[in-house]
Amino acid sequence: MGKSLPRRLGVIVGVLIVLALAAFWILTIPATVPASALPPYTPNLANGKTMFNAGGCASCHAVPNADPDKVDPTRLGGGLALPCPFGTFYVPNISPDPKDGIGGWSEADFVSAMWNGTAPGGRHLYPAFPYTSFRHMQLADLRDLFAYLKTLPPVPGAVRPPDLVFPFNIRRMVGLWKLLFLHGGPFVADPVKSAQWNRGAYLVNGPAHCAECHSPRNPLGAIIESERFAGGPTPDGKDWVPNITPAGLRQGDNAKSPWSEGDIASFLSDGMTPDGDFVGGAMADVIRNTSQLSKDDRAAIAAYIAALPPRQGPTPPPQKKD
Amino acid sequence: MIRTISAVASVAAIALGLSVAIAQQDVIKTRKDLMKANGDQAKIGADMIKGAKPFDLAAVHKMFAAFQNAAQKMPDLYPAGSQNESGSPVADKFSPTDKVWSDMADFKSRFAKFANDAKAADASVKDVDTLKAALGNIGKNDCGACHRIYRVEKKG
Repeated sequence: MGKSLPRRLGVIVGVLIVLALAAFWILTIPATVPASALPPYTPNLANGKTMFNAGGCASCHAVPNADPDKVDPTRLGGGLALPCPFGTFYVPNISPDPKDGIGGWSEADFVSAMWNGTAPGGRHLYPAFPYTSFRHMQLADLRDLFAYLKTLPPVPGAVRPPDLVFPFNIRRMVGLWKLLFLHGGPFVADPVKSAQWNRGAYLVNGPAHCAECHSPRNPLGAIIESERFAGGPTPDGKDWVPNITPAGLRQGDNAKSPWSEGDIASFLSDGMTPDGDFVGGAMADVIRNTSQLSKDDRAAIAAYIAALPPRQGPTPPPQKKD
Repeated sequence: MIRTISAVASVAAIALGLSVAIAQQDVIKTRKDLMKANGDQAKIGADMIKGAKPFDLAAVHKMFAAFQNAAQKMPDLYPAGSQNESGSPVADKFSPTDKVWSDMADFKSRFAKFANDAKAADASVKDVDTLKAALGNIGKNDCGACHRIYRVEKKG
């Protein structure tokens, strides 16, 4: 008896480890959308282009250039480095190149990536790709977008894989992250609100994924829901993304009056703030995309943003003094 | 004697360092004030375009003159070592990117273009429509295009 007790304990521990690994494996199986879930459909390329501009796909996926004016938004060869606390992501090639891009993807592959963050072959994509927002897009819009992407020029060139620190470099871990933070489904309109507000809510929270930059994130890199849209540091920690709730979008340095719907709409059209300033940095790239949207879509985004509940976000660090 | 010389030398070095620091703060404040003035002027023009203010050609001339003035002075206001943040008393939500210093020739050439565009705009504006075209062009291709590369936001 004295000899078999440790042996029995060992067996129990071994079984528990196997069970834990099996549970981890089952819980982290990447979800996909089967081709059978996609009924016959004729895509609308014009709407696909609208989704492309609303989503700002080119801002991350276009081949980078030191001079942003020389970036061709139709050449989606990827390669841009995105440094963050977990390491560095390199934006993938999503041009229709059959070998290095998504030319070999089926429509179901594309929908699985956008809704579930799953790449062909059942591989988790990291949430640096904002499928947490794209999950709220309508199926027809995704199919239109996929058809539009297929019309763009193929760009050869494989992009290097992400360079992440342990344990974030274990891709299967993303499955646990999704269990915690990937929720909801396609956008459902609020019948109490206006059609314009609903269109704005859809664009902002789905394709345009505004909150992905304009919200603070927790230590696991997920948006802090109570401070959604309330601004925060950039992923590399160097700069700051503004609060875009009415608590943050103020005219002048200390003025009491928030931006009006008209202010927001015209800002999305030409990049000029109500103070006469022209925005720079990453938002200038966003303006490049939003300026391509219809006036109605910009007005809808403005209506939704102006009606956000005011929220206080994190406090920016004090400027360095020496 | 040696002690005196070294004392004098260190006082001189401190004074020099201090005056350099003050000079850096001065250029940072000067360039911020010029940019702020540009924004204030652009707002007046934008208000005319939106119909919030009546069209006023004299004010339009004043705006484009302010742009040209700033464009001429700005290139000399980014000496080495004035990478902001060091100038804490005048640091605010915006800061120049490191590219200002690594691509100084391009950075300066953008002010030359800005001055030219402002001058051409001043000659072209006759009414609200021509103002809209001229200010829209400058906002996008001068202000916005340059801020996109050379300016970052440091706080919300």
